[in-house]
Amino acid sequence: MQTVKMVITGPFSAGKTQFIRSISEIDVVQTERRITNPDEHHKASTTVAMDFGRITVDEDLVLYLFGTPGQRRFDFMWEILSEGMLGFIVLVDSAAPETFLEARRILDTFRQYAPTPYVVAANKQDHPDAWEPADLRIALRIDSAVKLVPCVAIDKESVKNVLLELLYSILERLDQHPGNSG
Amino acid sequence: MALKGNLRDFSTTQLLNLINLARKTGTLTIEDSNRTSRMSFREGKLIFAGLDQASGSLVHVLQRSGKLTTEQFQDLQKQSSKATDKELGIWLINMGVVSQNDIVQSVRQHILEIVYSLFTWNEGLFRFEANILPPPDRITVPINLESVIMEGSRRLKEWERLQDELPNLDISLRFTDRPDARLRNINLTVEEWRVVSFVNPRNSIRQIAKANNMSDFQIRRIVYGMLQAGLVELVRPDAAPAAGTTRPGTTAAGGEVDFAPPVEKRAPAVKRSIILRLIDRIRRI
Repeated sequence: MQTVKMVITGPFSAGKTQFIRSISEIDVVQTERRITNPDEHHKASTTVAMDFGRITVDEDLVLYLFGTPGQRRFDFMWEILSEGMLGFIVLVDSAAPETFLEARRILDTFRQYAPTPYVVAANKQDHPDAWEPADLRIALRIDSAVKLVPCVAIDKESVKNVLLELLYSILERLDQHPGNSG
Repeated sequence: MALKGNLRDFSTTQLLNLINLARKTGTLTIEDSNRTSRMSFREGKLIFAGLDQASGSLVHVLQRSGKLTTEQFQDLQKQSSKATDKELGIWLINMGVVSQNDIVQSVRQHILEIVYSLFTWNEGLFRFEANILPPPDRITVPINLESVIMEGSRRLKEWERLQDELPNLDISLRFTDRPDARLRNINLTVEEWRVVSFVNPRNSIRQIAKANNMSDFQIRRIVYGMLQAGLVELVRPDAAPAAGTTRPGTTAAGGEVDFAPPVEKRAPAVKRSIILRLIDRIRRI
């Protein structure tokens, strides 16, 4: 049995838990704790360690989805989680511009951990205050070569699309650097 | 008169009891075939402990207790190579990075974890050297030995039970295939999550313990709890070499591993066919 993993990261309340929940075939294992930081009052509880979900491909291959902790005081887990990942997804709450700077910082941090492909998912596109993906690209200073995919994490098809875009990016990387496909 | 012998004949509990009652000052060294532990005492109180060559420096102790972020830890490692622990502690307090209480509690916890692990040693040569104390630049925390002996004895009983429940650490773990309702709202500690991040049929429990710098007791207790919660199940180590989630430094065959961080970070080697299978599967969901 081979297992591979992808990491779902992003700022607090970006929708990482929901993203994994929408696609995982098992109940998402998560730890939720009441918020103690008054600045983060808009969510009753948050992920204090990480979530993980699973997609079984066949009897020989399983994909695990690991969500990173939403709060900065758990950032020591990021590097641990990033080790061995195929790629990562940075989830951004399109309707929360106050989190964009943090999203950029998380993106930069993960890029340092491993040179794996990644995509940025502009989540909550169904929200009336959501920023357009094109505006988000500018706000987050995301290079035009990086995929920025609109997303609604409660919609399975939308989540599938984000995962597929990441897999296509991984495939492109393998085609460009065939030596990595050990 | 030298105080030396073998734990076979005079146990850790008895040694600590003697040091406590005699209000001894000095350093006790215990060596078995592959480990060396040192504990220092002042007038019968435990003040310092170290195990093997593992770093007991303040930076490492604070990082392990979660008082420093990874970034702070890496910065301090670069900056503080020449500073003594006491100098560094004062600087960290003045900079508002940690409080004095954070330092005391972290050092205390570090000392206690080492001492508690010694209760499980059944064999080992020991010697007590009177009036030998740690260098003055190390941070010491006086700890009452009575409570240590009581807690150590309690852990020893738990250890014996855990060893019965989980005798083989060369077996691997995998996430359970049919997680049930017990997984909902599960709460795990930082240490448990550290173990979770290594769960993979290619990593033995012993390797996971080594990677996380955990004693046999600590890893047994965590794994036993996760087994009881239905989070993981035991599997025989997977000998097949494969790319993917085995963390850097591990060997696919489950042999002795070096968990030092990779010199050069790189993406995992993965076959194109695997990506195509993943794409096909996700399209069909």
